[in-house]
This record gives sequence, structure tokens and C-alpha cells, in this order.
Amino acid sequence: MTCLAVTRSLLAVTSAVALLASAPVLADPLKVGMITTLSGPGAGLGIDIRDGFALAVGHLGGKLGGQDTQIVEADDQQKPDVAVGLANRMVERDRVNVVTGIVWSNLALAMMPTLAAGQTLFVSPNAGPSQLAGAQCNPYFFNVAYQNDTIHEAMGKHVQDAGFKKVYLLAPNYPAGKDSLAGFKRYYKGAVAGEVYTQVGQLDYAAELAQVKAAAPDAVFAFYPGGMGINFIKQYEQAGLKAAAPLFGPGFSFDQDILAAVGDAALGAKNSAQWSPDLATPANAKFVTDFKAKFNRLPSMYAAQGYDAALLIDAAVKGVNGDLKDKDKLRAAMKAAKFDGLRGTFRLNSNQFPIQNIYLREVVKGADGAVTNKLAGTVFSDHADAYAKDCAMK
Amino acid sequence: MDALLLAEQGLNGLQLGVMLFLMAAGLTLVFGIMDLINLAHGSFYMVGAYLTAALVPVLGGFLPALAVAVLLTALLGLVVEAVALRTLYRRDHLDQVLATFGLILFFNELIRILFGPVPIFLNPPAALAGTVDLWGLTYPAFRLAILAVGLAVALGLWLLIARTRVGMLIRAGATNREMVMALGVDVRLLFGLVFALGCGLAGLAGAMAGPVLAVQVGMGEQILILTFVVIVIGGIGSIRGAFAGALLVGVVDTLGRALLPASFRLVMDSASANAAGAAAASMAIYVLMALVLAVRPKGLFPVG
Repeated sequence: MTCLAVTRSLLAVTSAVALLASAPVLADPLKVGMITTLSGPGAGLGIDIRDGFALAVGHLGGKLGGQDTQIVEADDQQKPDVAVGLANRMVERDRVNVVTGIVWSNLALAMMPTLAAGQTLFVSPNAGPSQLAGAQCNPYFFNVAYQNDTIHEAMGKHVQDAGFKKVYLLAPNYPAGKDSLAGFKRYYKGAVAGEVYTQVGQLDYAAELAQVKAAAPDAVFAFYPGGMGINFIKQYEQAGLKAAAPLFGPGFSFDQDILAAVGDAALGAKNSAQWSPDLATPANAKFVTDFKAKFNRLPSMYAAQGYDAALLIDAAVKGVNGDLKDKDKLRAAMKAAKFDGLRGTFRLNSNQFPIQNIYLREVVKGADGAVTNKLAGTVFSDHADAYAKDCAMK
Repeated sequence: MDALLLAEQGLNGLQLGVMLFLMAAGLTLVFGIMDLINLAHGSFYMVGAYLTAALVPVLGGFLPALAVAVLLTALLGLVVEAVALRTLYRRDHLDQVLATFGLILFFNELIRILFGPVPIFLNPPAALAGTVDLWGLTYPAFRLAILAVGLAVALGLWLLIARTRVGMLIRAGATNREMVMALGVDVRLLFGLVFALGCGLAGLAGAMAGPVLAVQVGMGEQILILTFVVIVIGGIGSIRGAFAGALLVGVVDTLGRALLPASFRLVMDSASANAAGAAAASMAIYVLMALVLAVRPKGLFPVG
């Protein structure tokens, strides 16, 4: 095992070297720290966020809020310790005005104390853990995507309304996984045939699927983002379970990054999200077309969230007329920000998480043969998360 | 838990085990015979999966794509051995780790440039996409195919190593490399062949895993850690050890995930049992490794 220990220290050395090589200091532009997952199995999500953000900056002429914008990019490798190190560096050395990019809830939680102590705004384009929405809400934390639970709550409501009585639940064993099943059960009132937490990054689900089959549920709800979702959906279909019990999940389990890799295995699956490629807002149509043209792939919800993160920062900087010196003013301007994002007019709750519609989507084969999501209804209108009442901020 | 479910979980464990064996066999051969720590073994696994996925539409079938992908991966192994690794045999293990870690970064980036950052599509062939009925047990056909291929490779490797002249040299090389060199064997050729064989096996593992798992950049590192656990348990350098270690890890991991949460529920409330059971299940193979090493510090089948 010494070689694994060596690998770890090598990783540390490599990232340290990578850090030394970046970011000269400029006069007074807006500096955005893009800490996201650019390598390893979660990289697809981070790259989509980064590219969505870059597309928005491009649409705004390279300037957020009219300020010259410099993006300092860093790879968190989906590791909390690396993310904290990077957050520290962004605060101490790069002196960024805003940190964004974060994909994973456990990393966001780990980075929060450092960023709050450094009075650096933290705009999450994805991670929205219950802690930061409720009792531990933080004036420096803004979420532009969703509170984790809300997407799962929508699926719970749909499964409940559709009349399923015995549902089997699966999620990875990390904060967002716990939030997921808690959210689902907040609106689903039927029997739970089984509740299973699996290892984060698990490859093989044969053991869990055999248990599912034995429990004979009438539906299955699974939260598996990224590569885990691909593994799970492929294996679910191969085990012949798709015919026995329909598979439901939050949008993360059936988003574009996963659909491209699983193909027909996901067809017909119903899932919930705050965004869909066919959502009818003027900004969204342009976003989908331009993203496809620029990056030669369909955008995922993560790309859409990255795009909206840039719009939120843009609105905040406009709100202070480009005066970045006063951190409290910038923060207040972000809280008061109003803009038309990909989901229509964007609204923040008192805990600085969005109040928004959550939609039902269905996986379909598009006209060009690509497997993608299509809107199939609205589950919640102007939905706020369940934790805002525990947040002391007004 | 009834007998049928237990049998299915046992089968799942064996299947995961032979999957790991395909990876571990190559890694342990290279380490045992060439004394080379090859962290980039997982990269060849990834290359095998990507090549298979890329070749299926070109060659029009899974089987030809798999065959060509395995061959190409073995050839790539030959090239990498000649270009990058040959000079490292005399260096210490830390240098080898550094160089082969560099190869991981190189291959990950290369695949990202060639195929993009998003995982790509690979499904089992139509004939193996469904399930088969084994005396009342519905089992995915492709998983049975993995089991069959893994066992066939194990048998083939045993025949190669126990019954052929090359195998004799490999065994001799694993036991006493200097003596084999002194006897005038072309060690350079032998090393090249062994490395290519190991890479071919990793490529085969990737090609067989591709339809079940996500074909994505970094997939090699996920399985590499499990593979190292397998060869440490089995005894580094021993094919027999790799086989025993792989099956043991596969079965313990699968049964741990199947049984531990349920048994925790007997003694605590279900919410904490779910969390504790999941945590314990993910530790099971490392506990197994610690136990094996406590009793047999050089693994189950130590070499030399």
C-alpha cells in the first residue's frame, strides 16, 4: 500500500506545482475564482459548469457587470482537502472577489469557513446542502441553482400523485444523498420498500439490485449523479428491472452528461429539475443553440447553472456600479440582484437560495436521434426550500 | 434472506471477482517479473474500454471491436514499454511511481482531447443485453459472459504459465531475475511480452467492463485501487494469489453490501443502520486486507 501513499503525496506535489504556474496580478478587474472538478470521474459536471459560465461571459462581451473579468480556474479533483486548499489560495493570494464553480455539497461545506473568514462571496452553481440553507446559512453563500432537497421533493410529489405505494430508495452515502432521500420522503407518503446508501463513486450495483428485485417494489427512486448514474442505469436495465419497476430520479440521475452514455436504457424515465433544454424562455433558446455550436455537445443542467451563476455575478457587480472595494455593498447587491436568467426572472429567498418552479421531465429520443429531456409538466410553482425558516438571515 | 437471493449475491461476488482478476493478473505479472510498479495499468483499462466503444460502430459488432481493441491495447503496451518504461527498470520504485503517474495524466488528457470530457456510450451486444434464467434465478446475460471470459482467461494463464516454455521463463523471472539473465535469456524481449500481455488483459477488462460501467476519463484509477488491494492480499507477483485475492475481494465486497446494512438493522433503528451499514460495507475489503496481512504479511501466495 505504500505506493498508494506515494500516489497521494505525488498528487499533492502535482497540484502544488500546478498552482505555482497560474494567474498574474492585474490592476483592478473583477476576479472570479472558478474552483470546480476538472479531472477524475466527476469532471464532466465541472467542465459543463465551467463552459456554461464561459458562454455567459462571452455573451456579455467578456465583462461581468461592465468590469473586465478575469477567471482564475482551479481543479478541486472532487476532494474536500484540495478544495479547501484552493479556497485558501483564492482568498489569500489571488484575492478573488467571488468564488464559484463548486459541484459537490461536501466540498462546498468544507470550503465555507475559509471563504466566510476571507469575506469572499461564494456563488454555488450546483451544491446546495441543507446545512447552508438552514441553521448554518451564511451571508457569503449564494446558491444560483437549487437547494438539494427541492429537486427530490418534486419527484416525491410526482411519485405520490402518480399513485405508487411501495417505493425503493437508493442514494450515495454523502450529504447530498441524505438530503435527497429526506426531500423525497417529505412529499412521498407511501411505504418505503427499502432505503439504501451506497459508497460514493461505487462502480458495481449488482448486490443492491438483487436486493431491489427481492423486495419487489412498484417503483424505484435513485439519486446517482455523474458516472454513478451511468453505472446504475446501465445495470438497472441489464438486470431486467426496468420492466418490473419504473425508475424515477432527480434530474441529476438523468441529465445530458448521463444520457449520452446510457442511450436507450434511460428512455421513458421521469425526472425532476429546475431547468430543461426545451424550457421556453428567450435566454434559454439562445443558450442551448450557442452551447451546442460552441462546444459541440448538448448542454446539461450543470451548464445552465454555470450560465446563471455568471448572470447573478453580473447583476451584483452592476448593482454596485463596478465598485468592488466595499465587500458588504457587493454582498447586498447580490442579495438584491434581479435578472432574467435561463429560467425566467430569478428570485432569491431570505436564505439566498432560489425560489423557483420545479418541472417534471421525461427522457425522450429527439428528432436527431439524440436521447434528451423534454418537459412533461410543472410539479411546483415558486417553490421555496424547507430550511429557509431555520435561517437567521432576513 | 432466502437461498435464491444468497445464491445470486454469491454469483455477483464471483463476477466482480473475475472482473478484478482480469485487471490484477496483468498488474501482478508486471510487478512480479519486471519489478515495475505500474500505476498506469488503469490507463490501459480505460484505453481498452474507449477503443471498444469507438470501434463498435466502425466494425459493426461488439466481439470484433473487443478483439481489435484488446490487440491494440497490447500493442500500445509494447510501445509504452519500449519508449517510456525500459529505462526505469534499474531505478527505484519511487521513480517508477512518478513516471507511471505521469503516464496516467498523459493518457487521461489524451483521451479527453480525443473523445471529449463527457462519458461515452457503450452497450452490451444485443445477444447479451437481456437476462437469462438460471434455475429460477434471473441473471443479466452480460454478467455471465464476464464470468465466463474471466474464468477462461484464468485457465489460459494457468496453462501458459504452468505448461509452456515462455511460462517457465516467466516463473523463473519472477523467482530470480538475475539468474535468468545470466542464463542468456533475452530478458528485454521477455519483459516486452509480459508487459504487452498485462496491458492486453487490462484492455480486455476495460472492454468487458465498458458495457456495465461508465466509459469515462479516470475510470482506470477507480478500479486501480481495488486492483492493488487484490494483489496485496494475493501476494505480489503471484497469478494464483491474484485469482484468490480477486475472488475474495469480490465476494466480501458484494456480500458486505448485501448483508451488513440488514444485520445492522437487527441491533439499531433503521436510519442509523442504513448509514452505519453503508459505511461498514465500504470498509469491508480494507478490513479483509488488514486481516490477511496480519496473518500472512506477504499475502496469501507469496512469491520468492
